[in-house]
Amino acid sequence: MKSWNKTGRGERQVLVTEFEPQEVAVLRGLLREVRQMLEGRSAEAPVDELAKLTGMRTGPSKRPTDRVVARLLPDFTFEDADLAAGLRSLHEPELISAKLEVNQHVLESLPEEGGRVELRPDVADAWLTALNDVRLALGTALDVSEDMPDDLPAGDPRAEHLGVYQWLTFVQDSLVHGRMQVRERK
Amino acid sequence: MAGPLSAPTTQVDPVVEDATSPDLPWQAVVWNDPVNLMSYVTYVLQKIFGYPEPKATALMLDVHHKGKAAVSAGDKDKIEADVAKLHAAGLWATMQKA
Repeated sequence: MKSWNKTGRGERQVLVTEFEPQEVAVLRGLLREVRQMLEGRSAEAPVDELAKLTGMRTGPSKRPTDRVVARLLPDFTFEDADLAAGLRSLHEPELISAKLEVNQHVLESLPEEGGRVELRPDVADAWLTALNDVRLALGTALDVSEDMPDDLPAGDPRAEHLGVYQWLTFVQDSLVHGRMQVRERK
Repeated sequence: MAGPLSAPTTQVDPVVEDATSPDLPWQAVVWNDPVNLMSYVTYVLQKIFGYPEPKATALMLDVHHKGKAAVSAGDKDKIEADVAKLHAAGLWATMQKA
C-alpha cells in the first residue's frame, strides 16, 4: 500500500489507495479482534429491567480488568472515584456503540480481496478513528513506548507484531494528512 | 379587588437560578500517550472543538512536551460531553475542576 492520495474536485474529493490482499487480511483480523473485545465488555453491562423498558442503557461502573480494553475505555476523571464510576456507567454503552460503528465502516469499505479503496471525507473520519482504536489495542499489548527502537532485538517475540503496528501508523498518518487537505462536506 | 399591599408579610429573596453554589468551571485535559500520533491529535482537536489549526497544533505540542494540556473549559455537563467525544476518538482524556 502507498500513501493515500486526494483525487476529484470540490464536493467530489475522495482519498484513494490500494491494499494488497495480505494487508487486508491483517487489518480485518485486527478490526475483528477489537470488535470482540468491545462486544465482550458490552456483555458485562448489568441487566436492568428498567433499562429494557426505557431503552436507557447502563454500563458497568468498574474499570475493565483487561488493560487493552481499559485503554480503549479510559476513566473520565482521576479526582473522584465515585464520579468516575458514575460517568463510566453512564457513557460507556454509547462509547462502545460509536467504536463498533466506525469499526464496521472500515470492514464494509475494505474489499476482502484487496485493491482500490476510495473514501469520502466522512468515511475517512470513521477510518481514522477505527485505525486509532486498532493501534491503541496493539500498541498497549506490545507495550509501545515513545523511546522504543524501530527494530527490536532479534528474538524479541514482539518484533513481527511491531512491524504490523508501524505499518498501521503509516496508514493512519498518511490518511490524516490526506484528510486535512480535503474540505468538509456540508 | 385587591388594594395596595401593606407591608409584605414574607420576605422574598432575589431570584437565584440555583440554590446550590454554581459549578466551578471544569476542564477537559488530554494526556500524552505513546500511541496517538501528533497529526491525529491535532486533527481531532480541530474536528471536535472547531479550533483553527495553529491553536490545535499548539495544544497538541503542549500535550507532547508537557505531558498534558487543558483543551476546553466550561460547566460540568459540557466538559463531560467533551471528554466522551475525546474518548470516542481514542485520546486519553479526563475531566478536572479548574
